[in-house]
Amino acid sequence: MLETIWFVLWGVLWTVYFVLDGFDLGLGTLMPFLAKTDDERRIIFNAQGPFWDGNEVWLLTAGGATFAAFPRTYATMFSALYTPLMLLLFALILRGIAIEFRSKEDATWWRTTWDTCMIVGSFLPALLLGVAFANIFQGLPLDADGIMHGNLLTLLNPYGLLGGLLFVLLFLVHGGLWLAIKGDEVMRPRGARAARILWLPLLLVAVVFLIATAFATDLYSNLLRWPLLWVFPILAVLGLLGSRFFMAKQSYWKAWGASAATIAGATAFGVAGLYPRLLPSRLDPAFSLTAFNSASSTLTLKIMLGVALFFVPVVLIYQFWVYRTFAQPLRLEDLERPEAY
Amino acid sequence: MDVLHLSRLQFAVSTYFHFLFVPLTLGLSILVAVMETIYVRRGDEEYKRMTKFWGKLFLINFAIGVVTGITLEFQFGTNWSRYSAFVGDIFGSLLAIEATATFFLESTFIAVWVFGWERLSKRAHLTAIWLVAIASNMSAFWIIVANAWMQSPVGYVIRNGRAELTDFMAVITQRFAILEFLHTVGGAYILAGFFVLGISSWHLLRRQNVSFFSKSFRVAAAFTLIFSIFELLQGHMNAEILGTKQPAKLAAMESQWETQNGASINLIQWPDAANERNSIQTLSIPKMLSLLAHYNPDAEVKGLKAYPRDQRPPVLVSFLSFRIMVGLVFVFIALSGWAWLKHSAPEKQSFLLRLLVWTIPLPYLACELGWTLAEVGRQPWIVYRIMRTSDAVSPIATSQVAISVAAFIVVYTLLGVVDFYLLFKYARRGPADMPAPAGGR
Repeated sequence: MLETIWFVLWGVLWTVYFVLDGFDLGLGTLMPFLAKTDDERRIIFNAQGPFWDGNEVWLLTAGGATFAAFPRTYATMFSALYTPLMLLLFALILRGIAIEFRSKEDATWWRTTWDTCMIVGSFLPALLLGVAFANIFQGLPLDADGIMHGNLLTLLNPYGLLGGLLFVLLFLVHGGLWLAIKGDEVMRPRGARAARILWLPLLLVAVVFLIATAFATDLYSNLLRWPLLWVFPILAVLGLLGSRFFMAKQSYWKAWGASAATIAGATAFGVAGLYPRLLPSRLDPAFSLTAFNSASSTLTLKIMLGVALFFVPVVLIYQFWVYRTFAQPLRLEDLERPEAY
Repeated sequence: MDVLHLSRLQFAVSTYFHFLFVPLTLGLSILVAVMETIYVRRGDEEYKRMTKFWGKLFLINFAIGVVTGITLEFQFGTNWSRYSAFVGDIFGSLLAIEATATFFLESTFIAVWVFGWERLSKRAHLTAIWLVAIASNMSAFWIIVANAWMQSPVGYVIRNGRAELTDFMAVITQRFAILEFLHTVGGAYILAGFFVLGISSWHLLRRQNVSFFSKSFRVAAAFTLIFSIFELLQGHMNAEILGTKQPAKLAAMESQWETQNGASINLIQWPDAANERNSIQTLSIPKMLSLLAHYNPDAEVKGLKAYPRDQRPPVLVSFLSFRIMVGLVFVFIALSGWAWLKHSAPEKQSFLLRLLVWTIPLPYLACELGWTLAEVGRQPWIVYRIMRTSDAVSPIATSQVAISVAAFIVVYTLLGVVDFYLLFKYARRGPADMPAPAGGR
């Protein structure tokens, strides 16, 4: 039971991470297409200004929770995915530093360099996380000792790449909608337009992904066993349709909320389909790491559950307060403030 | 090199680098919070300008500390997977608590503080920086508790082929952890203090913004002196507990080869590990080591020869890092004491000011040496006397690790250069170029 609760919590942490950091990563990836002048780029940076750091901690927490609750999964997942994980880390390092350093010098080469770090540092994590999760959905070539038989290219199979593409598109739409909320006069319509244009490709890729999932993975078998779990894919689909509906009505907060529901529904669908496996093995189902065979001791799970049940809601409350406090759209004048990025 | 050595190199590079930025975050957050508190209480606009100036340097430094911390957490899984699977029950929990309870707070409220100058009331804004300061220091607490458990494992049982938690309170309240935490933050506060003293001195030497930097100097002088003295006394307790918890580390850092009653301390000595002796050994203070380690001049101190060669830490590195660190603490006490004595008119002390500018790097060195002693002195164990470092490494391909080590070295070197360049630039620019404090933003 405790293991199952932790499995759910594990899914919740990843879900919150994708919903929150998703728009940051989307914004950075959209930058070369939407922002030409220096001011326009700075709007992209400042639109994530007060939020990105707090958002990224959800990734750290998801990683930390895996370590604490499912140490063997943490050990195997991170060492088996060594190269993609290192790429992810370097991308996030350069991205974070780009935000802080970019506007601290005026030289064009300086700013272009950090802009490139922002773009690559946003696109690469979106892609890698999608590729990694799609590969986890279909199982990794793990042997009995948790050693992976394959390399980076093994992960770049068609279904893995489809997952990467899905994540990138999800985050692009999510980021475009955020810009439609938080950008200045010039950038808000551009963000909205990008979201509208990218919505159709997202819909197509999402449909293809849902179909391919039936062939490449066994995620649906849990849904057939427990029909209640269908709420997750349905939530994702409704969110996707809803986001287009609200885009047409130019209610961008609602459209962003619907896009968040799409990301949450999609992640929850994948995690629910995996249960109780955290890291399925493609070589032999018996080698899979599950919430049961990789869990920490009961005492640790109990203590950590107490910690999570207290702190996660507290964090959500104060982060919600931060979003409310800094919800106003940017103005061009805001870029002149000393604290602006 | 094999996966083990490459992974050790990678961890060393990324930890040393991370810890170039962490101590300043720990200490400067408190100093900036103190400055803003004075501003809110007295309404003195100069303290607001000080808060902003030092706050700007704080942020340049903070960014790198944050992003390089993430890599450390993930490296336990990527490079030390056997270790992770073995200790996750305890060690993983501590890292997870750190993220959930403190890192969120720090990362969220730093943004509130940066962007909230006009959107929040003065008191709410002040609360934000105090939350950042408290959360960063609490963050350090959880990380140090995790490290202390590797140094001195308690509250566990070996079951199901791994270390399982049996007593959480024993883990987080053990004396070793508390001492290590106090020692780490003490060092961080000294570093931040000398950072403020040094940069203030640079401007005072040039007679720029004299009132502004004298005030900064004053805030930092007392702070630095208090923690320098604290660090010496506290450091002694840290060394003393090694006598019972990690006697091999104590023997290595003192280069004590023979097990002796009434062991002495040699002011000048040089270890010769190959021949298991000291090649130089003079100016002895009789019985001092026994006295310091056990409060008894005739107590027995274990020598390195009491341990098989494959259970001894590298002697020269342990010995040198300890000696230099301790020597530096005496320098810190002398300089901060001098600074404190002259704090009413520091601008007249040009020799002292010049010394203080050049002192800025020394606490950095001391902090890194402290970690060198802590980690190298624990070898060959990753968890003291329970798991060897060589048994902890991931079963992964050497080529992968070789590439990532190279990438770490290149990327971190570049980032370090850029960060220190920006710190220099903004430190030298001073507050003058900043917009006028009242209404001019």
